[in-house]
Amino acid sequence: MTDKRVSFSGLLLPAALLAPQLAVTAVFFLWPASQAVYQSLLRQDAFGLSVTFVGLDNFVRLFEDSSYLSSVQVTIVFSAATAILSMSAALLFAVAADRVLRGSTAYKTLLIWPYAVAPVLAGVLWWLMFNPSIGIIAYILRGLGISWNHVLDGDQAMILIIVAASWKQVSYNFVFFLAGLQSIPRSLIEAAAIDGAGPVKRFFTVTLPLLSPTSFFLAVVNLVYAFFDTFGIVHATTNGGPGTATTILVYKVFKDGFIGLNLGSSAAQSVILMLFVIALTIIQFRFIERRVHY
Amino acid sequence: MVERRPYLTVLTHLTLILGAGLIALPVWIAFAASTHEASDFLSGLMPLLPGDKLVENYWKVLAHGESSAGAPPIGLMLFNSTVMALSIAVGKIAISLLSAFAIVYFRFPLKMAAFWIIFLTLMLPVEVRILPTYEVVAGLGLLNTYAGLSIPLIASATATFLFRQVFLTIPDELTEAARIDGAGPMKFFRDILIPLSRTNIAALFVILFIYGWNQYLWPLLVTTDASHYTAVMGIQRMVAVPDSEPLWHLIMATAILAMLPPVVVILLMQRLFVQGLIEQEK
Amino acid sequence: MAEVSLAQVRKIYPGGFEAVKTVDLAIEDGSLCVLVGPSGCGKSTLLRMIAGLETVTEGTVTIGGLPVNDREPAERDIAMVFQSYALYPHMSVYDNMAYGLRNRRTAKPEIERRVREAAGLLDIEAMLARKPRQLSGGQRQRVAMGRAIVREPKVFLFDEPLSNLDAKLRVQMRIELKRLQRKLGTTSIYVTHDQLEAMTLADQLVVMNAGRIEQIGTAMEVYEKPATTFVASFIGSPPMNLIPAASDENGQYFGETGSRILRLRSSAERIVVGVRPEDIHLGEAHPGEATEPDSVAFTVEVSGVEPIGAESLVHGHTGQGHDLTIRVPGYAEFGAGRKLMAHASPKTLHFFDAGNGRRID
Ligand SMILES: Nc1ncnc2c1ncn2[C@@H]1O[C@H](COP(=O)(O)OP(=O)(O)O)[C@@H](O)[C@H]1O
Ligand SMILES: [Mg+2]
Repeated sequence: MTDKRVSFSGLLLPAALLAPQLAVTAVFFLWPASQAVYQSLLRQDAFGLSVTFVGLDNFVRLFEDSSYLSSVQVTIVFSAATAILSMSAALLFAVAADRVLRGSTAYKTLLIWPYAVAPVLAGVLWWLMFNPSIGIIAYILRGLGISWNHVLDGDQAMILIIVAASWKQVSYNFVFFLAGLQSIPRSLIEAAAIDGAGPVKRFFTVTLPLLSPTSFFLAVVNLVYAFFDTFGIVHATTNGGPGTATTILVYKVFKDGFIGLNLGSSAAQSVILMLFVIALTIIQFRFIERRVHY
Repeated sequence: MVERRPYLTVLTHLTLILGAGLIALPVWIAFAASTHEASDFLSGLMPLLPGDKLVENYWKVLAHGESSAGAPPIGLMLFNSTVMALSIAVGKIAISLLSAFAIVYFRFPLKMAAFWIIFLTLMLPVEVRILPTYEVVAGLGLLNTYAGLSIPLIASATATFLFRQVFLTIPDELTEAARIDGAGPMKFFRDILIPLSRTNIAALFVILFIYGWNQYLWPLLVTTDASHYTAVMGIQRMVAVPDSEPLWHLIMATAILAMLPPVVVILLMQRLFVQGLIEQEK
Repeated sequence: MAEVSLAQVRKIYPGGFEAVKTVDLAIEDGSLCVLVGPSGCGKSTLLRMIAGLETVTEGTVTIGGLPVNDREPAERDIAMVFQSYALYPHMSVYDNMAYGLRNRRTAKPEIERRVREAAGLLDIEAMLARKPRQLSGGQRQRVAMGRAIVREPKVFLFDEPLSNLDAKLRVQMRIELKRLQRKLGTTSIYVTHDQLEAMTLADQLVVMNAGRIEQIGTAMEVYEKPATTFVASFIGSPPMNLIPAASDENGQYFGETGSRILRLRSSAERIVVGVRPEDIHLGEAHPGEATEPDSVAFTVEVSGVEPIGAESLVHGHTGQGHDLTIRVPGYAEFGAGRKLMAHASPKTLHFFDAGNGRRID
């Protein structure tokens, strides 16, 4: 770890300075996380009267449980679709905003504000737009001969949460794509233009490859977002339904633990998610390290 | 741009206008809905243009709430949200400044251990430790309190790393000059480090205020009593009324009010926001 | 006012690197002492030990008769000017200068008086309300000096304070700094890698190399009687020519012409002969002829000429292939490969032990 040449002396002061952060971390992060790991190895009977140590049995059961496997699948579809949709839209807008000379600040402002909208509110907005009886999108679709009812149709419910989740995330991706585009040296683009590459060809052969670090970084961030931050969208609009069509993993942890009170299974699911975040964090940090050298 | 092609410029503006419109559409619809009365939502197509019930609807949700759903007046929920968002932003910044100061400017045993413990918080979002964290908070008697809403969220590896990065760019000679000028560690922290980090602090504040305001799952867990509902989570109680048509006009008025403060913050501090967002990920 | 002394001072950095190797140094009250040496030789380390910014591994640092090893920098009554100036970017010029005094709880009117006085001395009164970023490099430098002056310390410490200025401003500030130091009469220690700056400023010149002090003396002493080959090659520009030679029982031989030179009382078998570029005189090569009695004559083959205005530098090598630089007045025109006769007075020759580099008198 890089260090300062100068440092102050003393032990008590740094200990006191670190105490609040470490205390909060220990009490609200490390202890609960270790409890989750511990509970994932236990099973309670139906009345919560006896607890037995079952080793990895909770995990084994999870992977034999079709509802869990379906939730994994739902999560993969949802997060992949959300990442792709919001990143492509953001890239399109960023490329456009990077091109315009006049009004670019105004456009930026108009594109970034949804970052401030809570996912659950994004869900509620689109829930109204898609409402089968009065929503404008359902109305238009009806005009096109498509009957829309996400309350009954699982695929349509999935589309609803994907659209809501992507809508909110476009602005975040936009900010990073635009920053990435603006850091590409103009001279590179001009050199390509002199070499006779038209705007479209330039985009695919020069701009896009140079944006790949940004894209990779955003892909990881968007996955984390879709996995965890979108809980509110699901909870407020579809409740994981119809059936389990939109039960993403985080929602299932919540449902099984808080509502179903299946503590062992919920804890095991938490632990799996934890491993997933740890893996993503490591990937992200290795990547950032490379970005520093780049 | 490298070359002038009028059709490309037109296309560019068209894309942006369309994009901005698409982004704004749901909020426009929600706003329009929030200015009508319940009878306008019975069937067919919802109203797309604002009606004349703006003052009435907003006054109703602000002052009275929707009693049938057990939701308190949104005025109270907005207040709760403000308290929570400010506590989280200020708390995170404060404890992160202190710990980054300790990590960068002191040498002490177990420094690496402290660093890694803080790093671990990055890997443990609340969503993966829902139940045990709830139990801890319940055990401490913090359910339905502002402390319970905010303190468990104020540990922050990202903020600590951000300030560590900022401190590392501050020249050593400045610290030495301050030492010669007779400034001890805390004086140096207050007189030099904090003022020199103030734009980073402000940028981070914008991000963290929005982060705190938009918390959903955590308030949902630790508030069982309507008096501590926050605006963002409170709306779920209005949406989830079983066996009746949603009261669209009141729900949307609430949604608009709940998103207004952070959106205003972003619009007013756009530059700080963009800086904060990008720095935080470094 | 105070004298500063270092007794058997050593510095070993935590990594194990010995940056200062057992140094003794006494600096008189009110004098301006300049530490000079190539980059990395330990000058800053030495200065920072005096400031209290680095711990002293061994030995004692004394300021005004008091050992200060265990004192905080702020308790040593010193002030320091850094190469980067280290001005607090968020404070006005006034606050930059006042900060140290406020921390010492100096009374407000007294702070005001001292800041105004120092600002007057440095001609920066008009800038007191500005922030450092609104100042030019030279003005920042003045503020950094002002911050030191208002403290009225026992000792000023300067670490390459002029290195970030352009050449013209550097000369101007050098003169001003010397004037100020004379006027205030405060003991000052000044670190630089620039030998010209060192020569012009120093009352006492300390030449360092690789963690050791090579020589202490006035600028003229060091120039005229360099104590080691290192000093000889470091002080003076272009540096002294150093040519190895072997001894016989009687004395030494210099160059291939066989001219005998002075007998030396030295046991060294191999020596190095030093001669400054301005002490070599050129004449066309007429073998056997000498222009001055007893002078040492040799041939030089020219490899190139650098005209630098009032004089020219002739680069070449002796018959044995040792490189030489000769300074000649006016504009010299010699083609490469031209063989010239050169001679130097024995009085201007310096002799060093080739084994340990020390001067032989
Ligand atoms: N904090 C440190 N830790 C280890 N080595 C150092 C440190 N500071 C300086 N050095 C080394 O000590 C030597 C002397 O450094 P310094 O006193 O700064 O040289 P100068 O000022 O003469 O250029 C250099 O080789 C440098 O690399
Ligand atoms: Mg130095």
